Amino acid sequence: MAKIEIKNIRKDFGDFNAVKKSSFTIEDGEFFMLLGPSGCGKTTTLRMIAGLELPTSGEIYLDGEEISQQPPSKRDIAFVFQMFALYPHLNVRKNLSYPLVSQGMPRSQVKAKIEEVSGILGIKDILNRPVGGLSGGDRQRVALGRAIVRDPKAFMMDEPLGALDAEFREHMSEELRALHDRMNATTVYVTHDQLEAMQMGDKIVVMNNAVVEQFGTPQQIYDTPATMFVADFIGSPSMNFLRFEGALENGATRVDLNGQMLAVPKQLQGASGKLVFGVRPEHVSLSENGDYRGKVLTTEYLGTTQIITLDTPNGELKARIDSAQTATVGENVALNFEAPKITLFDETTGLALRSSLNREVLAHG
Amino acid sequence: MAEVTLKNLSKKFGTDIGVEDISMTIPDGAFVVLLGPTGAGKTTTLRLISGLEKADRGEIWVDGRNVGNETPAQRDMAMVFQQYSLYPHLTVRDNLAFPLKSPILRTPSDAIERKVSEVAEVLQISHKLNNKATALSGGEMQRVSIGRALVRDPAIYLMDEPLSSLDAKLRTDLRVELKRIHASLGATLLYVTHDQIEAMTMATHVGVLNEGRLVQFGTPREIYENPNSLYVAGRLGLPRINILPVDVFQNAPVRATHIGMRPEHVHQGDGLEAEVKRVEHLGDLTRLHLTLNGHAITTVADPTMTYDLGTAIKIAPKNPLFFDGNGNRIR
Repeated sequence: MAKIEIKNIRKDFGDFNAVKKSSFTIEDGEFFMLLGPSGCGKTTTLRMIAGLELPTSGEIYLDGEEISQQPPSKRDIAFVFQMFALYPHLNVRKNLSYPLVSQGMPRSQVKAKIEEVSGILGIKDILNRPVGGLSGGDRQRVALGRAIVRDPKAFMMDEPLGALDAEFREHMSEELRALHDRMNATTVYVTHDQLEAMQMGDKIVVMNNAVVEQFGTPQQIYDTPATMFVADFIGSPSMNFLRFEGALENGATRVDLNGQMLAVPKQLQGASGKLVFGVRPEHVSLSENGDYRGKVLTTEYLGTTQIITLDTPNGELKARIDSAQTATVGENVALNFEAPKITLFDETTGLALRSSLNREVLAHG
Repeated sequence: MAEVTLKNLSKKFGTDIGVEDISMTIPDGAFVVLLGPTGAGKTTTLRLISGLEKADRGEIWVDGRNVGNETPAQRDMAMVFQQYSLYPHLTVRDNLAFPLKSPILRTPSDAIERKVSEVAEVLQISHKLNNKATALSGGEMQRVSIGRALVRDPAIYLMDEPLSSLDAKLRTDLRVELKRIHASLGATLLYVTHDQIEAMTMATHVGVLNEGRLVQFGTPREIYENPNSLYVAGRLGLPRINILPVDVFQNAPVRATHIGMRPEHVHQGDGLEAEVKRVEHLGDLTRLHLTLNGHAITTVADPTMTYDLGTAIKIAPKNPLFFDGNGNRIR
């Protein structure tokens, strides 16, 4: 298995710049997510690693070897597509053995390999069935099996679960992750689904408009977003942005929102102008007494928790609170924010302001 | 607006059961969501009420009037489909006005104008009224098609998965919007979905369907906290409720064969030892995948806690639900 290093990679399609200078490292055995909205350049990045596109500039290292200009067949990387492409006229066994036979592997070895892989995937009992009659899940397993049999250095997966319905996707994502944990193969996985990325990934790269916005573990990205885009894209409901105008000193521990002083982590840079107070819904609590107030617009029951949408002087805000607590539509309540979890942003640049909370994460990202 | 009552409604397609013996009352002003997987009979129920299908047996009452033999137009209901079907050659304004220009309604033109701008306001598409229907984003098109139902003042609004073709972010916004519309119009709504989040967040009442039968009807909270069967317990809640053989833990009622624990109802700290198999950091909370004597259990934990794979933590059920061999709840 392998470590993959991406250095200053860039891709242009004619005048269109699909990926701007991006650098990140995928460690050996990692389950690595490329996350972003459609058109952000994540699939192009994946295809460059696999060799389906050649980068305009930059380098890709696979286990220390520079491979960016090599053809896909030389890279020893397996690709799993969104639409599982199987040979419809062949049975499961032949679909699985095809990549091996075409490499010229001896029969006995092919047989042993198919045994092993079908065992890992739990598809031993359907080896002789035609692929036409298989369920969606089994087809997906066969497609994965075809990637696994070759023992590649790394797997590239382009939204392999995108076409499945919600319930089944949940199941397959667990299965895929469990498979990865058994085989420990370096995997690069493209998705636009933030929950899928958080759930499955060891590391996440968040991309937007051809640029890497942030790179880190799921919890780092969630707790300390580097940009407003990341804060908004990760989490459901996403981070609340309370917009305000003001000035902030280096070292400040409070900010002034419409005359209300709100506590924040110690700031490590000054800022002024259009600023944003970013708070996650679960870091907002409702009480009777307090000076920063909002009016309840709607409540959404979610089982253990509920989402409350409120109208505040700085715009709409969502809070996630215990469903045992009552909140009535139309009621005016006080809002409390968990100060150590707050991130401030400069709205003009969209960047997070450095503070004691995110100092370490922003330093290398 | 009106109260709608279904009495022993049944419909077969050949030998396949569409719906079987459904009885329920949709109170005036309620937001009722029918929830179930594909093939449970949700859409059939909706189509029977609207008159697009005719029932084999049973009655449909709207405000004390039996509408079983009336045509869809006579029933005075507005329907929104999953796929927005707008007139591509008309503007948003004309699309919205179209239902009011029906010869049956004979609405005066100033009333049409008033109603259209009112609805456009509610749906926040006032600034797009003069756009061609095709010059809109997917979310705007779906809002226009909801608007086309809203311009009328029908006995009930019937909606068939209107949000399922939209992307996640927009779906969240429109969910809140629909709730607001419902509250501000005081409308009666029957809404069909297989999405449990939509059901929980929007409904005043949820009807859970299974193979054509209505298996439970109640508020989202009742259905979540007090399901009457294994099937219903599994329909709401994400991650799903953990179902284990009853002998894994002690102190079960006599007839029970299964114990159900929602992920948040797995107490940590004492009890039996379970092994940590996988940890998922979802940001606002952390999901733990455990195994206990070979049984998989999912639970949630505080995001600030760290867990090492392969270590054991002690767990015990908190507020467990018990079920008998037929999947029925034992209370």
